[in-house]
Amino acid sequence: MGNKTVLYSTHQAMNGKLVDFGGWDMPLHYGSQIEEHHKVRQSSGMFDVSHMTVVDVKGADAKAYLQGLLANDVSKTEILLGKALYSGMLNPQGGVIDDLIVYNMGSWFRTVVNCGTREKDLAWMNKVAADFQVELIEREDLAMIAIQGPEAIARTKAVVSKACAALIDSLAIFQGLASDGWFIARTGYTGEDGLEIMIPNTEAVAFWNALAEAGVAPCGLGSRDTLRLEAGMNLYGHEMDDSISPLVANMGWTIAWQPSERNFIGRDVIQAEKTTGVKQKLVGLILRERGVLRAEQLVTIEGNSEKGVITSGTFSPTLGYSIALARVPTGALTGSHCFVEMRGKQVLVEVVAPNFVRNGKQVF
Amino acid sequence: MSEIRKELKYLSSHEWARVEEDGTVTIGITQHAQDALGDVVYVEMPEVGSTVSIGEEAGVVESVKAASDIYTLVSGTVVAINEALQESPETVNSSPYDDGWFFRVQPDDLDELDEALSADDYRELLESEE
Repeated sequence: MGNKTVLYSTHQAMNGKLVDFGGWDMPLHYGSQIEEHHKVRQSSGMFDVSHMTVVDVKGADAKAYLQGLLANDVSKTEILLGKALYSGMLNPQGGVIDDLIVYNMGSWFRTVVNCGTREKDLAWMNKVAADFQVELIEREDLAMIAIQGPEAIARTKAVVSKACAALIDSLAIFQGLASDGWFIARTGYTGEDGLEIMIPNTEAVAFWNALAEAGVAPCGLGSRDTLRLEAGMNLYGHEMDDSISPLVANMGWTIAWQPSERNFIGRDVIQAEKTTGVKQKLVGLILRERGVLRAEQLVTIEGNSEKGVITSGTFSPTLGYSIALARVPTGALTGSHCFVEMRGKQVLVEVVAPNFVRNGKQVF
Repeated sequence: MSEIRKELKYLSSHEWARVEEDGTVTIGITQHAQDALGDVVYVEMPEVGSTVSIGEEAGVVESVKAASDIYTLVSGTVVAINEALQESPETVNSSPYDDGWFFRVQPDDLDELDEALSADDYRELLESEE
């Protein structure tokens, strides 16, 4: 038996197919993950993401601590209260311990890290914290529900308090603000507009049920994965891990190189890597004929003896054919072709930028 | 427990077979198999006129989650395939025992079906896997 979120019984009552995910019993789908995928692209869907780990960072050195801990620079969030920042947390060897979101809460910061990496993240964050005046507070009292899709915001506003509805109206994209014990952020992991809302565990079931009554479709981890993959978003353990540099994982945009004196953990290694040139990079692959690209399939580029590998692959419900993210030698250029070994056959696939669908539309 | 039909024969790899009135044998995958696979997105079938043999891959079913080989319960010649699955592979999920059939075989030796699992054997197998 795994860990259960406060919504576990609700998922059961809604016929969720519950599977183990990073030690948690989570819904894979509630009937059809493809239908759930379309709901999010076309109207609205909701995901229980309470398994994710919320850690509040408080204390006099909170900013300095995070500036050392993270490859992105939290000073970027000072332009706006509640500003969210995506960052890698690197080890001294320049590998990715985890990817996370950090919110500027005014005098402190809120971070959201992955559930599968919770223990090593907390161990590392606490170890680094020893040199700083900071307090790390894990928020197990909070549930988190992501409501995503073109109609997500309107439908959510219809079931929350007037104060929360006004707060939602005020939110910029990638901003989160608190009201009455709720924290509402205009963020997500689907490539659609929407919200991620952290609320006290005690209020989660009622809120979920109210959203369902308002026509928001319950969606499982299956569609969450196909949605994030279409949006070209990384999944920890697939596109990156402790041995993979953020420069190889299409996370170069999340590294704040300036100011040059900000010496974040892992900086010297990835800076040297950047200077000499990265040997691999993340690309998108598409297969317009039948068949589904799968993680761990090998990628061959003509004229290059070094093989690449698919890090995530799936059938894209929006496009109607298979897409994948792959880590390949830097010789493989966007717009060219390569071969993927699928079930013993070499299959020709197209190479594109690692981003397929945003806001319901094809983007490559 | 997923639906198991009394009149069908089964393989431990979760295919079913039905003997039709004309002596041909229809092959598909079980309710349990479609549930384990999740949404089916492609079905690859043998060609009409080709031969299929017990123990050899006769086709492939691909879901969002995984690809799985399809095996026949009798050796013989393929006389029909379910063309509708090319356009609507999700029929395998919604109707695995009826509209979601895969292909039909003119068997070389119908007695081969005696080697397959009965509905009771298959139920026991599923219970032991749970």
